[in-house]
Amino acid sequence: MNDLSTPKFKITNVSRRGLLKGIAASGSFVLAAQFPGVRKALASYPTGGDAMPNGVVNNPKVYVSIAGDGTVSIVAARAEMGNGAARTALPMMVADELDADWARVRVVQSPGDERTYGNQDTDGSRSVRHWIQPMRHCGAAARLMLETAAAAQWKVPVGEVEAQLHEVVHKPSNRKLGYGALAAAAAALPVPDAKAVKLKEASAFRYLGKGTIGIFDLHDITTGKAIYGQDVMLPGMKFAVVARPAVVGGKVVSVDSSAAMKVPGVEKVVTIPGSSPPAKFAPLGGVAVVARNTWAALKGREALKITWDNGPNATHDSKAYRASLEAAVKKPGKVERNQGDAEKALASAARVITAEYYAPHIHHATMEPPAAVARMNHGRWEIWAPVQSPGQARDDIAAAVGVTPAEMTLHPTLLGGGFGRKSKCDFAIEAALISKDMGGAPVKVVWTREDDVRHGFYHTATAERFEAGLDASNKVVAWRHRSAAPTILSTFAPDPKHPFDIELGMGWVDTPFDVPNIRMESGEAQSHVRIGWFRSVNNVAHAWSTQSFVAEMAHALGKDPKDFLLELIGPARTVDPRQQVTTPWWNYGEPFETYPIDTGRLRRVTELAAKEAGWGKPLPKGQGLGIAAHRSFVTYVATVVHVVVGDKGQISIPRVDTAIDCGYCVHPERVRSQIEGAAVMGLTLAKHGEITLKGGAIEQSNFNDYPLVRIEESPKETRTHIVEHPLTVPPSGVGEPGVPPFAPALCNAIFAATGKRIRQLPIGDQLA
Amino acid sequence: MPNLRVNGAERTYDGDPSMPLLWYLRDELGLTGTKFGCGAALCGNCTVHLDGVAVRSCITQMSSVTNRAVTTIEGLHPKGEHPVQVAWRNEGVPQCGYCQTGQIMQAASLLARTPGPTDAQITEAMSGNLCRCGCYQRIHAAVRAAARGA
Repeated sequence: MNDLSTPKFKITNVSRRGLLKGIAASGSFVLAAQFPGVRKALASYPTGGDAMPNGVVNNPKVYVSIAGDGTVSIVAARAEMGNGAARTALPMMVADELDADWARVRVVQSPGDERTYGNQDTDGSRSVRHWIQPMRHCGAAARLMLETAAAAQWKVPVGEVEAQLHEVVHKPSNRKLGYGALAAAAAALPVPDAKAVKLKEASAFRYLGKGTIGIFDLHDITTGKAIYGQDVMLPGMKFAVVARPAVVGGKVVSVDSSAAMKVPGVEKVVTIPGSSPPAKFAPLGGVAVVARNTWAALKGREALKITWDNGPNATHDSKAYRASLEAAVKKPGKVERNQGDAEKALASAARVITAEYYAPHIHHATMEPPAAVARMNHGRWEIWAPVQSPGQARDDIAAAVGVTPAEMTLHPTLLGGGFGRKSKCDFAIEAALISKDMGGAPVKVVWTREDDVRHGFYHTATAERFEAGLDASNKVVAWRHRSAAPTILSTFAPDPKHPFDIELGMGWVDTPFDVPNIRMESGEAQSHVRIGWFRSVNNVAHAWSTQSFVAEMAHALGKDPKDFLLELIGPARTVDPRQQVTTPWWNYGEPFETYPIDTGRLRRVTELAAKEAGWGKPLPKGQGLGIAAHRSFVTYVATVVHVVVGDKGQISIPRVDTAIDCGYCVHPERVRSQIEGAAVMGLTLAKHGEITLKGGAIEQSNFNDYPLVRIEESPKETRTHIVEHPLTVPPSGVGEPGVPPFAPALCNAIFAATGKRIRQLPIGDQLA
Repeated sequence: MPNLRVNGAERTYDGDPSMPLLWYLRDELGLTGTKFGCGAALCGNCTVHLDGVAVRSCITQMSSVTNRAVTTIEGLHPKGEHPVQVAWRNEGVPQCGYCQTGQIMQAASLLARTPGPTDAQITEAMSGNLCRCGCYQRIHAAVRAAARGA
């Protein structure tokens, strides 16, 4: 067994080359956790960061330490799941302001501890936009402390010295001191007053805006040294797999474990208590088999004889459920936005165009199935887990085993994909409960792919109905959009039947169209599975249906889809839905003043994507271009897909052009990688994504019946066109906004190529 | 008696002959660079070389590796500088990175047998390796770059 468990390695998830030696060396800034002082960020513009639980922290003594050898350690407190924000972009912000040499920077993963580090909930595409100001402040404050220490040593005014690439220079006397030599004296200084801290001008950035820094874990990833949750190994660790109820809310009636216990290597069978919805992230319950390796545990699980009570969801059936959602949008629902009088305008319209769309549940299917390790030593719990929200996960796991969060250390590992699934720490609670049953022995819970597909927190299924009223001159005068979809709230509260503000705000009630009469209504929808958030969340179906309907209207009116989309968006202006919505409007948690809805920016990405794609160019038969534009996570994205549909309906995509306006772009190269990935994820959900239930149980199991796009189906080339902005335009989300426009752009391209309109996802064999 | 080689070292295995090589590598040897993704040869995350050829370790039983040589990502190159690894870094392929060791092992096996693959051969060879982050464009580019440099 490899010994990854040297305590120091584990505690900090430190990367290669023995960083800890550097931190532990004398003469360093003292390590973060010993300085619990949380300071409110003094920001030049407000963001939603302060309103997040435990806010943001800009204290350099929390986030930066410098060893005597000059090694700069920067804490990554958020989860790294692949977009490069947590362990590359944020530390890069600190390093740039510190004027550190990136080659001498080490990134240290913090434990789950929001009281020290501020909010760690890594979702909502929030990391860069909430943390650019506090991270820059940390770096600049630490730089000032180094300069102050050098000036004191040389007995010169601090104004005469300057930090330059890992050393402080006194030009008048041509003296230099390295950061390592200054670290001890700098660490002894108080954190400077925020007013004294001077941020760099953007022209002085070494790393920000350049896209030249590779992801911090690149070498470890390509050599197999990167440690994900599935990879944690402790001395004496046992391996567990769990048989869970097939139906949400199901319970174990009886279990016969005699055959399982006879499997060589199986050591114990443990019953995990079940949970009834709403159960937040509590485990589903079931029976765990604990063994000396994963294989023995799997064989033991196969040998279990369990009698289940499937509970009240046992009659749930996706076909019947779909019919209920489609019925719900055919009748009036709860009014969510009301502008003008859409009812009257529809009744008096010269023409009404109507269409309905349906999209099923989909699943994250992270390449790394969930896994977690737990152990308890002398009353102290330790958890290793690939969780998106390390601080909140610690709270939940501690509560589940009956200790305070202070009695538990949660070590976040790298995440082998997250996409929202690993925001839910049910799998880590399982590990802790099994370890508790084993007297605190180290236990790893391994989820198989089948476990992952069948026991997820699914993206909602949704029916969407549109009615657009046109006057005699074909101007759109009324827009009614009804939606019915089981809500994420059902995971947290008993029996809600309508969406809540976050779902409403995701590309629905904020639709920025230049139409005088707009009405949105939600239909009733009950949940029978665990509903969770999936990358881009409700934006996926809202953008797909809305942008498909826009293209349908263009066709009905004989207009070019791009021109008609721009006509609906209307002139460049600020749109403020706050007076028209019935539930207070949720703007991705951001102040409207910092992140308004700017239709000029939506127009610009639409025009840019169209231009770069060669919109309007003649194409051979069976080929087409489709366009879609959408604002989500306060970022503007437009995508043009070029599709080739073969005579048997097979789809290939030679090119995708996506334009993104994410404000000031911190790391253009990683933005491109996110957009490339979003095209593939968008294609998977459009082409293949479907989770169905029968008898309350998920019917899919693995990549044979829940396929993901493979390399041969993938877009041949995705081109990313980034709208450039100065630092004065605040950065906005990147991880999620690329996904929503893809599916409608593809479906619109398919219509252009074949005349076939896709009104239900996945596309599957509809073109055959 | 040693009865298999893993990354050049002789090993003795006398456990359950039906155990997949994947779990032996990960749970018994601690070679966690070989990843678990599906358990059914559907995703390629667990790809290793058996006598130099890419196989899915999740469906390769221990009984079938007797007296054979297994190479994992940890043994691909002593310094992690196999041309495929270098190309992966130069192209900035990984996002989350979880599937990438399997992708690299698959690509290295392709280039060992087909040093100058066509685009179609690259696509075909990499078809069994899933990436949920969607890094395929760069994966293809990196294999091509490694082939040029190899």
